[in-house]
Amino acid sequence: MELMKPQVIERAALEETETAVLATGVEVWYGPARSVHGIDLRIPVRRVTAFIGPSGCGKSTLLRCFNRMNDLIPDCRVKGRIEVHGKDIHAPETALEDLRREVGMVFQKSNPFSKSIYDNVAYGPRVHGQSERQQLDGIVETCLKRVALWDEVKDRLKSSALDLSGGQQQRLCIARALAVGPTVLLMDEPASALDPRSTSRIEDLITELRDLYTIVIVTHNMQQAARVSDYTAFLYEGNLIEFNETRRLFTKPEHAQTNDYITGRFG
Amino acid sequence: MTKHMLHALDRLKERVEELGRTVQRAVADSLQSVMTRDETLAVRVIEGDRAIDLAEVEVEEECLKVLALHQPVATDLRLLVGVLKLNNDLERIGDLAVNIAGNAGKINLDGDPRLTEILLRLAGRSQDMLHQGLDSLMRQDSQLALRVCAADDDVDHLYSLFRSTIQDTLAADQGARSLERIECLMRAISVSRSLERIADHATNIAEDVIYMATGEIPRHGALRDLRVWKDRDDRAGDQSC
Repeated sequence: MELMKPQVIERAALEETETAVLATGVEVWYGPARSVHGIDLRIPVRRVTAFIGPSGCGKSTLLRCFNRMNDLIPDCRVKGRIEVHGKDIHAPETALEDLRREVGMVFQKSNPFSKSIYDNVAYGPRVHGQSERQQLDGIVETCLKRVALWDEVKDRLKSSALDLSGGQQQRLCIARALAVGPTVLLMDEPASALDPRSTSRIEDLITELRDLYTIVIVTHNMQQAARVSDYTAFLYEGNLIEFNETRRLFTKPEHAQTNDYITGRFG
Repeated sequence: MTKHMLHALDRLKERVEELGRTVQRAVADSLQSVMTRDETLAVRVIEGDRAIDLAEVEVEEECLKVLALHQPVATDLRLLVGVLKLNNDLERIGDLAVNIAGNAGKINLDGDPRLTEILLRLAGRSQDMLHQGLDSLMRQDSQLALRVCAADDDVDHLYSLFRSTIQDTLAADQGARSLERIECLMRAISVSRSLERIADHATNIAEDVIYMATGEIPRHGALRDLRVWKDRDDRAGDQSC
């Protein structure tokens, strides 16, 4: 697979780039408690955006809004408007399964199904009605190649996914997410349970995928955010404190609070 | 981990402050050795340069250690990058003090009050710039650093004035010119050139301080309108980081 070199978007050009996700006045309530306080945010298309902030700041909660994962949590209410590629994800005509196909998700802990490597990747396309063997073979191969796992597993596609290492399992989960053809990929601390080598492979993978997908990653590892993302959003106590180009946020943050957090002076 | 980094940065600041004091003393002693023809003091300046060279290497190693171990960002990163750069300027100023001291006992301007006056003014302005540049570093004061940058034009003017005055002196001296006299004036030009270079390094230090304090790189004409900078800093107030 040949990928284009990523382009660096100048700050002035940020306004002109296409929008993948647009959040306007987003609030998240758990019962009577508000955990996200009216956030306005624009995620540029085919770029990596990182969410950073101390535990409990609302970054994972906000991330989970983008494919309505919070719908699964009792007592959780989301207010405000979220658009993915211009479509209101809470509109009555938006089908949840279409949204989840459009906006894939990868979690902190790899969670492969207790099935073969092949069946893990083919699972989503089959659910969405794809049954032709040749088509499925092509999807499995493409997705495993995109996550740089193909060479490691091509001779044992029928083996159990649970036999793979932790890092391989996480890459398999990313391949599984890619198999249904999303345009946006949400990653909630995708490397926090991995060793440094596997973490490095996931980071390389994110860099490879950035030209094909819009990626939003939640991470506690600020060096990781600095390494892999084009834009970074700093959240604190449910508020968006700063959204900026990553290279700028980590060298010249505009808010003293951001500076204090990323230099480790609080949080 | 962060506490360790903050301690390491504090240690680094102390080392740079001490290096700055040593360099300032070397410049002051070198000038005194020339003006009072004190060759013993000059030798002390020349021999003292070794300590400045060693301190420069130590500061650089300390910076690299903090970069490697703590991967600093934002204000901490800017501080380290700035120190790495101005550390080199301090070492070069030490070398210039050696150059000046090398002329001790070989310059006699007793018969040239005008030259002596200009040279003393040049020495005073260059030393002020160095002192204020280091002061702005310790206080992370971008306004003071801006004033240092602005003062460089005065030093350039004094340097140019000193050279033209020497040319006038030589032209007026035609009949009485001797080799000793010419060598003395050439050495005086060398001293003035070193002072002008010290002011340039002080400007570099001040520019690094502006970068550390504001995150803006002020070189290559970016300082043309100093008032814009002042206004920006005034507005930034406590929010600046």
